[in-house]
Order: sequence, then structure tokens, then C-alpha cells
Amino acid sequence: MSVLAKAEASEIEDAWSRLRQVPAYIFLRRPETGLVMVRARAGGDGRPFNFGEMTVTRCSVRLDDGMIGHAYVAGRNARHAELAAALDALLQDDGRGRALRVEVIHPLAAAQERRRMTEGRKAAATKVDFFTVKRGEDQ
Amino acid sequence: MTLSPGFDQPVADGQAVFRGALDALARPGSVVALTALPPAPAPLLPAAAALVLALADVDTPLWLDPILLSEAVLGYLRFHCGCPIVAQPSQAVFAVVAEPATMPPLHCFALGDDEYPDRSTTLILQLPALEGGPEVSLAGPGNALARRIAPAGLPAGFWAMARDNHALFPRGVDLLLVAGGSLLALPRSSRVEG
Amino acid sequence: MYVAVKGGERAIDNAHAWLGETRRGDRQVPELSLAQIDGQLALAVDRVMTEGSVYDRELAALAIKQAQGDQVEAVFLLRAYRTTLPRFGYSLPIDTGAMRVRRRISSTFKDVPGGQILGPTYDYTHRLLDFSLAAEAPPVAAPMAEDPVDDTLPRVIDVLGREGLIESEAAGGDSPVGDLTREPMAFPAGRDLRLQSLARGDEGFLLAMAYSSQRGYGHTHPFAGEIRMGEVTVEFFAEELGFAVELGDIAVTESQMVNQFRGSAEQPPQFTRGYGLAFGRSERKAMAMALVDRAMRAGELGEEATAPAQDPEFVLGHCDNVEASGFTQHLKLPHYVDFQGELELIRRLRRKDGE
Repeated sequence: MSVLAKAEASEIEDAWSRLRQVPAYIFLRRPETGLVMVRARAGGDGRPFNFGEMTVTRCSVRLDDGMIGHAYVAGRNARHAELAAALDALLQDDGRGRALRVEVIHPLAAAQERRRMTEGRKAAATKVDFFTVKRGEDQ
Repeated sequence: MTLSPGFDQPVADGQAVFRGALDALARPGSVVALTALPPAPAPLLPAAAALVLALADVDTPLWLDPILLSEAVLGYLRFHCGCPIVAQPSQAVFAVVAEPATMPPLHCFALGDDEYPDRSTTLILQLPALEGGPEVSLAGPGNALARRIAPAGLPAGFWAMARDNHALFPRGVDLLLVAGGSLLALPRSSRVEG
Repeated sequence: MYVAVKGGERAIDNAHAWLGETRRGDRQVPELSLAQIDGQLALAVDRVMTEGSVYDRELAALAIKQAQGDQVEAVFLLRAYRTTLPRFGYSLPIDTGAMRVRRRISSTFKDVPGGQILGPTYDYTHRLLDFSLAAEAPPVAAPMAEDPVDDTLPRVIDVLGREGLIESEAAGGDSPVGDLTREPMAFPAGRDLRLQSLARGDEGFLLAMAYSSQRGYGHTHPFAGEIRMGEVTVEFFAEELGFAVELGDIAVTESQMVNQFRGSAEQPPQFTRGYGLAFGRSERKAMAMALVDRAMRAGELGEEATAPAQDPEFVLGHCDNVEASGFTQHLKLPHYVDFQGELELIRRLRRKDGE
């Protein structure tokens, strides 16, 4: 669910369109956008406080074979949540799930890792190398 | 666990049910048929399920009578409403009673206080039928002339409790009596006459 | 007393139509897209999200477009929109210690473990207008190091914590966390409500309060213990699923101020802390928040509270720009009868004086 939530909506749409067999499903809960109050901690590690809200879209579907899938996705993209829920349902199925993990989840996770690496390497390039200059008469 | 879907169109259906509840409360005693009914796990009636889905959310504690505390009903309400289920009637913003015969007295629910009379429970009472029972009449706001009603399946002593509830005004609970897919409102402002 | 005055509907409609036209500006110039605002006015988006108290870049960009760049109006639009959405619940507290750091500096320790990471900063720029931007010259590509920064950098505060030289935050406690979006502010306000209010508070107001505390209105001797900016994952415990789900990543800026404390009867001399947190890259806001958070702890730490920044009722009662802007601007509403009364009174008093 985490990889699907963090993927770009266009990536999910791509992955969906490449499925050999698109499953039929009904909505247990149609895509619905709401708010989650994000909590943080005083001092970073102290008592919790309510920091501010974020938009979240959730959806739940049931496949024809009874498998249930859920999605909670940051933002307001209904289609993203719907497809993430449908893919989550497919992943519950042992047979199809394994292939799907290789074909869909791993590439999505790799793309996310690449984006993180790029940012992390740019940040590392801004790390300060201090060098000390001797001052005064002390030897 | 098989989970039933909620409203087909959450926003439009939720608003239609809310409008139905408003209409019912505006004319206490009149029977309002709800048009948008979700599939509900027994023994939760469709009208009760529709009202809870439309009204309850994560900020509204819900009390259920023991017969409703099944995994199917709890799972359904937790999933579609996300509302906390509370053990004490007095903690509830909404309550659903499926077995009126064994229900707690009305004064056990949250009655609000004089400063905040709105902090009270809205009670959804499931009945076999909204007609065909012993007749009483309702008077007060929303009914220029007294309106005769005859809901079936109410426990003995219910109308005495309803009179006591009215006497607490502005405090007191509001009741929504439901059967099948219909409801009838009995707000605290209504006076029950013989 | 306000009086209902009818009329002016046509004038209002026409005024709004003109506003729409003005907002669009010269039609020969291409219209701004939300993606452009998000991408190229990113810090404006960050501020509107922070003070609007909703993390949604696209909504904040829309609010900025609609408000013609007026940040306070945009914050108001975002706050109004959020009231139309259902609340799903509360996230688990975010772990800023596990932040994917893009910037991290400390002004207290040069050789902080993990190093000083400058990130995309305005510090050290010369603040000279860059006319190459006016000519729309493309930027140079940001260099990349061989290896990325560590995924979890230790907190600078913990270096002092190990020696017991700084107060530790009380972590536990099952007491409910106050929420201003549910219950209005009440005094005395706990740290939870104070931090929530400051996080939503107006940057300009908090900056001025923080500045006043540095200039001697309240004795604080702050150091920027650590400032970090980057992405954290937000986890949400979905009741109906029975487990926590990751919703996505949000960018935040965190500021830990370290302040001198001379000690009291109960406590030895040590450093105390002020905390700031904001959505996106909002460093000035996070720093100001941390300074004001610490200043308002004067009472709790047994310090003499004499300055406005140390008075929670003063700070929290006035830091919300939606409230402040609303109450200031309400003076535009008809006060005709009110004013007639005052006019009558002044005339009567003058007649009396004349007698």
C-alpha cells in the first residue's frame, strides 16, 4: 500500500493499463477525499501536538473473486486511490500477487528510490568541508 | 468477514438522507421514506444504516444495544463511518437500539445541559412498523394541529418516558423511529398527548 | 450593532466581474498554471499551506492564483475550503529524526555528526537582483555527490542530551492532545495547543514577536541548535483496517532553538528548548516559531514574564491572520446606526459644554 500511495498517479495509470487482465470490481467505498490531522512531537521527540492537516483520498474495492483492496493516498486524486485499491486487492491473491509484485510494485519502488537518491546526492553535494586555518603565535 | 458497500453515491445519498431526517424533524410524527438506502448487515435496518452513514463520523461516538454488537455490524460501521463505539449511553452522540423492549431508559443517554442542550444523544430506534400500534398524538413545533401517530413495537412505559423527556426541555434526547426504509421523528420539543 | 442593509447586488456582481478581469491581467500574456505556481513560487505555496494548515500543494497554488498572490487572502481561502472536507482522523506523530534530510545546519556545533548540509538555501547569496532570471536563462544543473546523505541523521540536541546539559522533552502521557480545529483556544493553554496555534500563526506576526524577544523584550539567549528540512512519511492508523498505512511524504522544516537557563531551586543550570515546525521550506517561520515557543515558556520555567512575546494570551490571541484580518476588515461592514449614535453623543456633549 505504501509503494502504491507514494507513486505518481501517472505511474499507477501506466501500470494499470499494462495489466494483461483488468479485473472487474465493485466499490465498497467510492473514492472519498478528506483530511488527516498530521501530528508531530514537541521538540521532535516530546509530547504530541496537532501540527496541521493534509488532504487524503481513500477508496476500497472488492474484486469479483471476493478479494478486498484498500487505498489511502495523500492528495485529492480519486483515480489514483481507486487504482491503488484495485491493485491492493490483486496483491492479496497469492497467485496473481507474486507476479504483480515483480511487474508493478518493484518498478514503482525502484522509481521512488531513484528519486530519493537524486535528491540525497544533491543534498550531499552541499555538505560543508571545513578546513582549519592556523591563527596567532602559538606553535 | 464479508463487508457490505456503503452508499452508492456517498455525497448525494448522504445529503438525501440528511434532508429526509430534517424533513422528519421539521414535522414530528410524519413518516418520511428514505430513497437512498445502503445494503445493511442484519439486524441493522436499512433506514438506521442510512441515518448512521449520513450522520456519524469520527467525531461522533456511537452507542449500540447488545444485539447490534456483532462483528458484521461493528465492522460495517467502523469501516463506513469510522465512529468510535462507546460502552455508556451517556457518552453517545448517536445511539441505535434494535431491541426496544430491553432499551435503557431515555434519561440514561446524554441529555445535554442548559448551556449546551445540543450535547445530547440522538437516538435511532428500530421498530417492526411505524403504523398499526397504539395511537398517541404529538403537538408542538412543526405540528399546528396535533398529529396522530401509531408506531408499533414500543415497550410498555415508553410514552411516559417520552413525556418526561419533553419536560426536560431544552435538555433531553431526540428520537428517530425507523422501520424498513422509513423514519418518523420524535424530537424533545414534541408534547405527547394521550 | 450592525444593521442589515439591502441593495447593491448589481454593484457587487459588477465589482466581482472586474476583479476577475483584473486577476487575469493582460490577455496577451500567457495565463499562470497551478503547476507553474507550485513549481516556481514554491515558497509562497509552502507559506499558504503552513498558515492555511492544510498540506496540499495544488490547493495552495489555486488559492494563490485566486487571491492574486495575496498570501493572507490565500490562507483564508484554504481554511474555508478545508471546512468542506470530512476528517478521517489523526496521523501517528511524524518522526523528524527519520527525515530524508535535504538541508541540515547547526550553529552550535561545527562538526555535527553527519555534517552541515546547506541544501537549496538563500543564505550566502548576495541579494543582488539577478537579471538573468528576467531574461529567463535556464539554471545550471545542481551537482550531485557520489553518495547520498545518510537517511537518518542524529539530532544535534541529542549531543547535549547525552551530557544532561539540556532539558529533555517529556515524551509519554496518554492525556488527550488538544485540537484547535475542534475546540477554541482556552487559557492557560498547554504546550500542545500553543504549538498548534503557532504552527498556523502568521509568519509576519511571529517574526516580529521573535525579533522583539531577541532585542530585549524578554530575556532569551537563543542559539540555532539545529535546523533541518526534508521529507517525512506520514502514517495513519486506519481503524477499520486495524493497521497503520503510509499516506505519503510531506516536506517540513524543523527548528530547534537552544536557550540559556540559569537554573532554579529545582533545576540545575542547563539549556532549554524552543521548537518550530512548518510545512515545506519555511525556515524563517520555523525559527520564529521556536523563539516564540521558548519565550512563552517563561512562566513554566519560573522566569520573570514582562514582555509581549512571553504572554501566551497576547501571542496566541493575535497570531492567527484569518482572525486578525477578519476582525480588522469587518470595520468595512455597515456601522451606520452605531456611528449615528456616536455622532449624536458628541453633538450632545458639545451642546452641553457650550451651555
